[in-house]
Parts: sequence; structure tokens; C-alpha cells
Amino acid sequence: MGLIERLFREPRWGVHPDDHKRPAADAPLRVLPRPARVHLPLQQHVGGAARPVVLVGQKVLKGQLLAQSQGNISAPIHAPVSGTVTAIGEVTAPHPSGLGLAAITVEADGADRWIETDPVADPFALAPEEIARRTAAAGVVGLGGATFPAAVKFALGRRLSVRTLIVNGGECEPYLSSDDRIMRDCPAQVVDGARIIMHAIGAESALVGIEDNKPEAIAAMTRAAATYPEVKIRPVPARYPMGSDKQLIETLTGKEVPADARAAEVGVLVHNVSTCAAVHRAIRLGQPLVERIVTVNGGAVTRPGNVLAPLGCLVDDLLACCGVKEKPARLLFGGPMMGTLLPHGRVPLVKGASGVLAFTAAETAVPATGPCIRCGSCTRACPMGLLPLEMAAHIRAGDLDGAVGYSLSDCISCGCCAYVCPSHIPLVQYFSHAKGELAARERARLRTEAGRRLAEARLARLERDAKEKAELAARRQAERAAARARAGAAKPAEQTT
Amino acid sequence: MLAVVSLTALGIALGTLLGVAARYLAVEENPLEAELQALLPGSQCGQCGFVGCAQAAAALARGEASPTLCPPGGRAVTEAIAAKLGIRIDLSAVRDDGPLLAVVAEEICTGCCRCSKVCPTDAIIGAAKQIHNIIREACTGCGACLERCPTEAIGLMPMPVTLPHWIWPKPAVA
Repeated sequence: MGLIERLFREPRWGVHPDDHKRPAADAPLRVLPRPARVHLPLQQHVGGAARPVVLVGQKVLKGQLLAQSQGNISAPIHAPVSGTVTAIGEVTAPHPSGLGLAAITVEADGADRWIETDPVADPFALAPEEIARRTAAAGVVGLGGATFPAAVKFALGRRLSVRTLIVNGGECEPYLSSDDRIMRDCPAQVVDGARIIMHAIGAESALVGIEDNKPEAIAAMTRAAATYPEVKIRPVPARYPMGSDKQLIETLTGKEVPADARAAEVGVLVHNVSTCAAVHRAIRLGQPLVERIVTVNGGAVTRPGNVLAPLGCLVDDLLACCGVKEKPARLLFGGPMMGTLLPHGRVPLVKGASGVLAFTAAETAVPATGPCIRCGSCTRACPMGLLPLEMAAHIRAGDLDGAVGYSLSDCISCGCCAYVCPSHIPLVQYFSHAKGELAARERARLRTEAGRRLAEARLARLERDAKEKAELAARRQAERAAARARAGAAKPAEQTT
Repeated sequence: MLAVVSLTALGIALGTLLGVAARYLAVEENPLEAELQALLPGSQCGQCGFVGCAQAAAALARGEASPTLCPPGGRAVTEAIAAKLGIRIDLSAVRDDGPLLAVVAEEICTGCCRCSKVCPTDAIIGAAKQIHNIIREACTGCGACLERCPTEAIGLMPMPVTLPHWIWPKPAVA
């Protein structure tokens, strides 16, 4: 790539951290030894929690439905092993709070017997709605980390007549290589999945964006897509956060997604490469989403690499498979920039976890926070063109509305600002706190409103009751008076006879 | 002709009279009052010392009550009222235990139905001589049921923190 071209193509936003992807990315894919039991949270996706359809003590087969989706945006959960349901209760959520989350526990019987599947030989003969239905039934959600139910996005893409499917193979987070591995090991599945999605949403072409730090993946994908001219492989410069949908769309198509708008509104739809492979398996093989490739990496891991693991296995199982040098000081699901902090290793693997990172104390040490010197580094790094220093100053002073005025809602929490900050200010934590606080305020407002409606309804009811009672009393009185009058009229008549 | 003239004169006279009456006998209504009332919870619980939210809003509009008057509303309502009235107040002085919920101790509930009659939002369900229970989504934590319970079976507790309600703590300032 020439200097001029490089200057021209290199985005102005973002950061370029050490990627730490190798040697984990180059290690061949391992398969996790079957865990003794798996715990499947009912909420592994954006939207409504799934509703259990099995009972404790019930025997289940691999791929059998355990919990069905509930509501418009939701996803079902399937058994990743064959065995017995031993509990439906709370397990520790993969969440920094360490709170509980309802889950189904399945004790493996070791047979791994699959339930009867319903493979489709030619998905392109199916109606797009049927593909969406099958994808939804297979519990496929966005595997890049957003965990948005894939089928809901298909329907959205059809409704807004999306022309271009963007397949996200960016994987810009350091340390992670699960998407890289899936593109190297099963590029045909990814390409086929992308073509099935194109058919489902009615798109004409697919652009596969892959960061140029993954030459093996680009080569494998180019070979797999050679016979399909509608699937175009597009290497993109390696720059964090290239894997964020808005940045990838802008780099590949030049279109900017407006604030408060969805990608589909500019005529594109983004799906992760792993999601494409999951759609391929759901349609071609009829297999629901019960396992995924997860990167196990970090300084505390002896043999970093990618592991094919059933959903619901514990983080400790994954770490045991790859070996641990020393007790990790910090455990994460996802990448180091945007990953979820885990309270301990006894949390289950969920659909959206692309990696398990175990860091040593030396790796996680952060220098003490200093005052903001208003250098503006965060402003240059912000991929959304925001002013992180101003937003953080307002939030620090408790002025959340002031922060909203600086477009806090457009912040994607990518962490570029905190990464470059020379004073080590935890900027993203300020933003996460403010977003949570604003959401809580909105909830309180809705609650107050609902309370007011209920109070009004009650007053109306009391009034109506009182009125009805009064009417009833009046009618009774009238009846009694009439009866008395009749009796009075009858009596004199009796007397006269 | 006489009829037309007399009716026109009558019309003009009565119209003027009505106009004058509307001007001079108008009931004073402060638009601020309605706006303030919209901010208050509207459960008429009476914890502020006024009969209901409308009266509290009137007192606020007259400047006779403090924006901190509403315990169920907590800090959020205080903030909203202060902003509406253009007052700066020290929010750190406001005690906000977060939203509260009423809970029934099932082992001592006698099913007397007294609590369900006073609940301003109909959040209590239960029939005579049956254990009563509280619909969490509808309870505003106003505490009106507490004093009606003959066996002290109802208590207030903070709303439990659940996963979707968890908030990252604000970074400690160095």
C-alpha cells in the first residue's frame, strides 16, 4: 500500500493498541472436553428472557428446546449436551455486579445424542420468511457481542429493503481471534451463511470487511467466495473500533449512520461472521445454536488459543482446558476494550461471549487517576466525534443533562478515550454510570406515570361505585315506596269489601 | 323593527356583561400548578402533609412548600420541581433511599382486607381471610397500607436491585 493511499485510507478516528492476537490466533482450534454439567441462562440475548419448557428431572437430547422465546424480541435456548435437567434456578450472571440470573442446569450423560434435526438441502428455494422463522427457532443471535436476535434483524432488513449486507469480520478488539479462526477454518460456512442471509433480507450484494491484520483469513475467505461474485471480500485497515457497525459501514460504503437511526435506514445490515456461520448451521444442518468458538487468552493463560465449547460451560472449565499460569487478577468476557468484567470463574459461557481473557495483576495495573489537562487526546480518538472530556466533567459535577447536551447517547462505550487519556481518567465508567442513571430516571418517570394512571383509574372506579350504589338505593327506595303505595291502595279496598 | 332593535340591544348588553364578568369574576388558576401536579406522583398518599397532590402542587406554586416535600418521589421529583420553580437546592440534603416497595409478611396476614381498600394504586390483591399480596409493578411505596394493618404484617423495603437495573458506580474522584 503506497504512502498516499495509506494516508487517504487510514481513518482519523480510533486508536491502534497492540493486538496481542498471536500466538492464540495461529493455534489450531481445540475442542473443550465435555463438561459434567452446563448452566444455560434464560437471558443470553437482547430482549425478553426465554421461558423454560422443560421440568427438573426431564431427560433432554442435544439440541432439544429448553426455553422458548417470549415476546417480539427474544431467542430460545437449546440443550448443548444430552442429559438430565437437574435444576432451574439462579446462577451467577456474567456481569460485573455478580447478581443472580435464572438458568437451566443440565447434567451431561456423556452420550451427546442429537435430537432429530430438519436439514434443508436448498435454502434458496425457501421463502425468506421461512428462513427467518428457522433462524429464530434455532436461537441464533448476534455473536459479535451485541446478541441481538438475528431473525428480528432479517425482518427489519426486508421491511426497509436493504440492498447491501455487511459481514463483519473486523474483530478489532485486541486478544480476540474467534472470528479470525472461523474465517480460516470454515470460510465456506461463513460465505454460505452470508448468502442465505442475503436471500432472507433480499440484499443484492455482501461486503465482507476484514481487518488487514488477518491475511490468512482474507486469503481463505477470498478462495471460498471466488465462485460467488455477489460476495465481495474487502480488507479494511486495522484500527480500533473498526468492528463497530457504524465505523465499518462508513469505511466500506462511505455512508454515515445518523444518530438515533439504525444501520438499516441507510440501506445496509451488519451481521458478524460467526453469526453467518451459525445461520448456515441452523438452515443447512437444522442445528440450533448450542456451541461457539471462544478465544481463551491473556497473560495468565498457559496455552492461549481458540476453543470450541458448548454454551453453558463454566469459565473455569475453559481456563482448565488451556491451563493457567497464575491466579488471574481479572477475568473478562469479550475484549479488553469493551469486555464484561466477571466476578469469578464460576459463570457460564453465554452466546455473546467471543473470548475469555484472564489477566495477571501486572497486566491490569492502571496508574493513579490525575486531573484532566484538557489536552484533547480523547476528542481526537473518539470515533463518534464527541467531546469525552466535556461529558465527563459534566457527569463528575452531577450534571447529567449537560452531558446529554454533548450527545452522550451517541457514545458507543468503545473506550478509545480512556485508552489515550494521559491522566488515566476512567472516562467510560463515567459514561456508563451516566447512561445507567439516565435509564433509571426514565424508568422512575414511567413508573410514576403508571402509578398516576392507576390512581386515576381507582378514583374513577370509586366514583362509579358510589354512583351505582346511590342509584341502586334510590331504585330500591322507589320500589319499596311503590310496594307500600300498592299495599296502601289494597288495604282500603279490603276494608270496603 | 322594534323587535330587531330591542333584541340587538339586549344581545349587546348581555354580551358586554358576560365579558366583564369573565374578566372580574374569573377564578384564579395558576398554569404552574397544573405543571407541578404533572410532576408529582399523583398517588394522593398524603405523606407531604397535604390532602393530595393537587393541594401540594398549589402550595408549591404559592411558594409555601419546599420542593423536597414528596418522599415517594425521591430525589428525581425534587430535582424536577426545583428546576420547574427555578430554585437551586442542595440535593445532598434530600434523603433518598431509592424507590421502596411494600411487602406482606405472609405468616401474620389475617386477610382482613383493610390494606387493599386504602391502596391508592390498587396494588394489593387478596380476598377476605386470604393472604394478601402486593403487585410490585403497581406499588408506589407510599406506605398508606402500613398503618391500616392490624397485625403489622406490611413493611417497606428497598426495591431489590436486578440485573437490568444495576448501574455502574460513579468513579471515585481522586
